Amino acid sequence: MTAFVVRRIVVNIVVFVLIGIGVFLLVRAAPGDPVRMMIRPEDLQEGSEAFIQARRAELGLDDPILVQYGRWFLDAITGDLGSSFVNRQPVSELLLERLGPTILLMSTALGISLLIAIPLGVVAAVRRNTSVDYAAAALSLGVISVPSFFLGIVAIYVFSLQLGWLPSSGMSTAGGGGGADILKHLIMPAAILGLAGAGPLTRYVRGSLIDELSADYVRTAEAKGGSPARVVTRHALRNSLIPLITIIMINIPQMLAGAVVLEQVFAWPGMGQLAVRAVTTQDYPVIVGFALYVAALVLVCNLVADLAYAVVDPRVKVT
Amino acid sequence: MSELRPSLDTPDVATAQDVVAAESTTGARSRRRSPAAMAMRRFRRNKVAVAGSIFLLVILVLAVFAPLIAGQSPNAVDLGAIRQAPSGEHWLGTDASGRDVFARLIYAARVSLLVGVAAALLSVLLGTVVGAVAGLFGGWVDSVLMRTADMVLSFPPIVVIIVLAGILGPSIPILILAIASTTWPTPARLVRGVTLAVREREYLHAARVAGAPRRWLLRKHIVPAAMGQIVVVGTISVAGAILAEAVLSFLGLGVQPPQASWGNMLNDAQSLTVIQSMPWLWLPPGLAIAMTVLAVNFVGDGLRDAVDPRQTGRS
Repeated sequence: MTAFVVRRIVVNIVVFVLIGIGVFLLVRAAPGDPVRMMIRPEDLQEGSEAFIQARRAELGLDDPILVQYGRWFLDAITGDLGSSFVNRQPVSELLLERLGPTILLMSTALGISLLIAIPLGVVAAVRRNTSVDYAAAALSLGVISVPSFFLGIVAIYVFSLQLGWLPSSGMSTAGGGGGADILKHLIMPAAILGLAGAGPLTRYVRGSLIDELSADYVRTAEAKGGSPARVVTRHALRNSLIPLITIIMINIPQMLAGAVVLEQVFAWPGMGQLAVRAVTTQDYPVIVGFALYVAALVLVCNLVADLAYAVVDPRVKVT
Repeated sequence: MSELRPSLDTPDVATAQDVVAAESTTGARSRRRSPAAMAMRRFRRNKVAVAGSIFLLVILVLAVFAPLIAGQSPNAVDLGAIRQAPSGEHWLGTDASGRDVFARLIYAARVSLLVGVAAALLSVLLGTVVGAVAGLFGGWVDSVLMRTADMVLSFPPIVVIIVLAGILGPSIPILILAIASTTWPTPARLVRGVTLAVREREYLHAARVAGAPRRWLLRKHIVPAAMGQIVVVGTISVAGAILAEAVLSFLGLGVQPPQASWGNMLNDAQSLTVIQSMPWLWLPPGLAIAMTVLAVNFVGDGLRDAVDPRQTGRS
């Protein structure tokens, strides 16, 4: 077990370093000169060429690529990801202050998708091939087919503009505030993100419960006179939810993708909004920082998924 | 990693035994009808899938004959007629530059379908090669390729594409490459599974003994054996690719204006006034994306049931 854990951690670190090299090389290969990008066009005057050359040397952009990579890597692992080209703020600071809203959005959405997926999956499994089951399947197919940003626009149209119940953008009302205010802003993006995540989760709960329902111990429980509800909730469901933690971990990166898009629609001040803005302004340090944060998140989720699967279910043998 | 835990990504893919079983049962009846013809018959009996196909056919016709049907240019700016409500002259009204929304909508179908199909084809092609090589060679080649596939699969495509498009600059070829480079693992896993299933069968041994090179085995035996399921996965990838194009273009990182795509038409709907009072600007492209993707998914599900009737996805 220890060897398994150590090997997994080492593999993940290697992959993270490889991703770092990949992103670094991509940015170096990208069109455009970083120095020119840091200077606003209106400041570019006659004779700036010498200044640009001096600045390039000063920033070490004329050094061999390996030297540049080594320097960047050392900075990056100490948490220094450089500064934004656009507003000169340190990248790690920018990302960290937006981490909170994104985590709030994603965890609420995760809660919502579990609240939808577990009951729906159970009913679909127990009442297999009935209208409820087909409705659950239709929902799964529906939420993967309708783009979440379109759903977001429709929700804004209905709940913000027509009914006036919920605010359409941001995380809190200017001047207002408090938990209730944030909650009101949170409902729509979190509900849509949660709905999107509920599709695959429902399918998973249904499939896993159907497998368990055909197990011998379920027949035993039924033979002993357990009511159907008791057999499902006390016996089968418990076992079928064992790998849920793994499934959730695999889903978190996918949910992040949804959050990036919905943050844009609802002007939610999270990491995704920052990243999209950075991409449209070609703010490379911020893009790179975002990429590394996402890579770290994905790898940690993967690791937890692998370990949890082995730890939670002692029947799983790891090698 | 893949052996260790259940996975959500791979659509219900037949296991190795299923493939072998399917071959032996269909083999016995093949004198009367080929497996493909029987699959076609089963597909035609699936009403939802047929409806999806018809819808896609209509979209395809609209896209191909866009210049004839639209009657106006999708990029003709008419500042005298901006943001007009739908009328006899402009069926779906005009946008902020006075361009005809209906014309843009059907021209956009070209871009969306092109990106969707091209990205899915590239992804399936790449996945087939990787999967077959992994399955045929086995050993460390297999482990390296499949570990890489697992790794790629764990990254959310949209986020990877945002980073790629952000660094390399948004354009249609980059978009297609980025989508394909993040989605190939699904077909790769599938083809690897089929390869492992047929690798030890007598006809493959026979071919190998007769001196057939691996390339021949791949082309003549493995790809045909996996074809049905490759088509299914390929179809479902088209749906994903169309969605990816829409999302990226909506964020301004995909198809660039003035060229219209369903995604970038929705880009205009980021202002509340547009959402509030000009639904003709955002409702049609949004519905077009949702209905097209749904239709593709229906067809994909129908094909899956048709290719392998025991693997109905509804156990």
